[in-house]
Amino acid sequence: MKIYVPMDSAAKALGAEDVVAALRAEAPDADIIRTGTRGMIWLEPLVEVEIDGVRHGFGPAEPSDAAAILDGTSAKALGPVEDLEWMKRQTRLTFARVGVIDPLSLDDYEAHGGLKGLRVALDLSAQQIVDEVKTSGLRGRGGAGFPTGIKWQTVHDAEAPQKYIVCNADEGDSGTFADRMVMEGDPFTLIEGMAIAGLGVGATRGYVYLRSEYPDAIAVMTRAVELARAAGVLGSDILGSGRAFDMEIRKGAGAYVCGEETSLLNSLEGKRGVVRAKPPLPALEGFLGRPTVVNNVISLATVPVIFEKGAQHYADFGLGRSRGTVTLQIAGNVARGGLFETAFGISLGEVVNDLGGGTASGRPVKAVQVGGPLGAYMPVSKFDTPLGYEEFDQAGGLIGHAGLTVFDDRTDMLGMARFAMEFCAVESCGKCTPCRIGAVRGVETLDRIAEGDAAALPLLTDLCETMTDGSLCALGGFTPFPVMSAVTHFPDDFARQKEAAE
Amino acid sequence: MPASADFDAAELKLIIDAHRSLEGPLLPMLHAIQDSFGHIPAESHAPICDALNITRAELHGVISFYHDFREAPAGRHVLKICRAEACQSVGGSELAESLLSKLGLNWHGTTPNGAVTIEPVYCLGLCACAPAAMVDDRVVGRIDAARLDTLLAEAGA
Ligand SMILES: Cc1cc2nc3c(=O)[nH]c(=O)nc-3n(C[C@H](O)[C@H](O)[C@H](O)COP(=O)(O)O)c2cc1C
Ligand code: SF4
Ligand code: FES
Repeated sequence: MKIYVPMDSAAKALGAEDVVAALRAEAPDADIIRTGTRGMIWLEPLVEVEIDGVRHGFGPAEPSDAAAILDGTSAKALGPVEDLEWMKRQTRLTFARVGVIDPLSLDDYEAHGGLKGLRVALDLSAQQIVDEVKTSGLRGRGGAGFPTGIKWQTVHDAEAPQKYIVCNADEGDSGTFADRMVMEGDPFTLIEGMAIAGLGVGATRGYVYLRSEYPDAIAVMTRAVELARAAGVLGSDILGSGRAFDMEIRKGAGAYVCGEETSLLNSLEGKRGVVRAKPPLPALEGFLGRPTVVNNVISLATVPVIFEKGAQHYADFGLGRSRGTVTLQIAGNVARGGLFETAFGISLGEVVNDLGGGTASGRPVKAVQVGGPLGAYMPVSKFDTPLGYEEFDQAGGLIGHAGLTVFDDRTDMLGMARFAMEFCAVESCGKCTPCRIGAVRGVETLDRIAEGDAAALPLLTDLCETMTDGSLCALGGFTPFPVMSAVTHFPDDFARQKEAAE
Repeated sequence: MPASADFDAAELKLIIDAHRSLEGPLLPMLHAIQDSFGHIPAESHAPICDALNITRAELHGVISFYHDFREAPAGRHVLKICRAEACQSVGGSELAESLLSKLGLNWHGTTPNGAVTIEPVYCLGLCACAPAAMVDDRVVGRIDAARLDTLLAEAGA
């Protein structure tokens, strides 16, 4: 009997280890395979039992469910997992294997299409590899949405004795976990993507800068690199091609700003994670002053499928200039939270109400913060906005890393605005005054507004303008997004306080 | 300055030697030192600076920049509670505040018996099963007051 139980940290956080222990006790001979998560976090721990070659789901499982799951009488039976609405409605390209395979089995990986992309790339010239990525239309999934192929071209064209591929796995945004899920659930796809990037730009060395808050992901990635090296996927002779690429996992140290690419490079070099002024671009003077590709986990983990299925196949999904799929992370006060991969173009309302099922509390939705702590709070009136880089920009927001955090009607938006300023103050790298000092003043100003000081609101607006204009990076520059979107869309929360004080 | 109780110069040398030839050796070195000694002991500063040819000011700048590095040991266990937005959306702040006030601690405080240090963390990637926490390296989702009590009891608080 084959049983699949996720070892993803979300599943573990909800008790997967105890469920596994109970299953082992009930069925000592069963073959229990640990996987990533399918992304349906409200069903975790989701146990899958293979019946006539089809995987049937049971969840959310508790240890006491073990016996009934095994004898087929469990009330938590969900039927074949692939037939669930959530699974059927997705276009799983980047996440095709996550939740399906044993993350640390290279055989399993290859049996599900793994390494095909790398083999294709090994037969192409470096320029052809870069051209494929351009054709795919892939844009960076880390936040800024910069075309990946163009970044690679710059590094490809640079002359240097050593170039680097650096994977940004700092994933500090609240409401995001796609990077974590892919690293825990399909680490070889990131390794393969980095190797292809190396071949494309002429880099033989890579680093994954992985945040320390993700110990499970660090363990899986570290092991996967060892396995890939032992199997000749990494090293001096990639798959017998005579070409070289190797990589290391590096642990962050708890600074949000180190997700910003130049701060990350400083950190990787062993310095304070202070943001560097651009130019020079990291593509020309990056890690240790060498040409460096810095890409997000999802950007790099999407590269293999582009080469496996063809760049045009990937580009055929999407909306406008947002090609391919977006890996939505639905989080916060939501009935069905998790990861949902779909073509760009789905509307915000469809994601929150239809996929997410509204709030977990059952109360009306008040706001959705899209794109992490630097993203705007979108009111329900903007629910028809389609998920696309330009479309969100026009609606006064940003997609960022595509995390959506749902809040119900009890949320105090002044409190959320204050938190945005507080977070900026705590995490500022300190280089620019509008960010370092401005964020502290922002907290004070919001406290004055809360105390009923009407004169403070224009001050806040001014301060936000100064931060937007005078900040070197998006930490100081975009903190005004959550703050001002809260002020603009939820004025009552900033006025009601005043009445209370009068 | 008194030597840290658990400082071991020979072990420090092993750690420094194991990391000094990496590209960008300082962060991995500091993590390894903290893993061994529970913090970055003051006695380690001079040997690190010598090995990497950096000044004490530079080293201090790095240690103090990152939230992870401690200059003094924490409690025997560290309970990190997420303070970020997704956890706030399901009552994470109230939960953390009431725990801290019950224990009579502020963030970064340690229970009087030295068992548990409470740290804030900004997102654990468990935002679809919030509020989230982590005890040492073990993640916990959908925490409530009862669950926190259990975790603290297990940690000996
Ligand atoms: C304050 C701040 C934090 C950031 N955090 C991350 C992060 O955690 N992960 C990430 O991939 N990009 C992050 N970015 C964006 C990076 O600077 C950079 O644009 C990205 O790594 C490029 O990769 P991509 O083109 O594949 O998206 C952050 C930017 C800023 C300003
Ligand atoms: S905006 Fe803030 S975080 Fe960004 S460079 Fe300036 S001080 Fe540093
Ligand atoms: S916001 Fe708390 S785990 Fe992400």
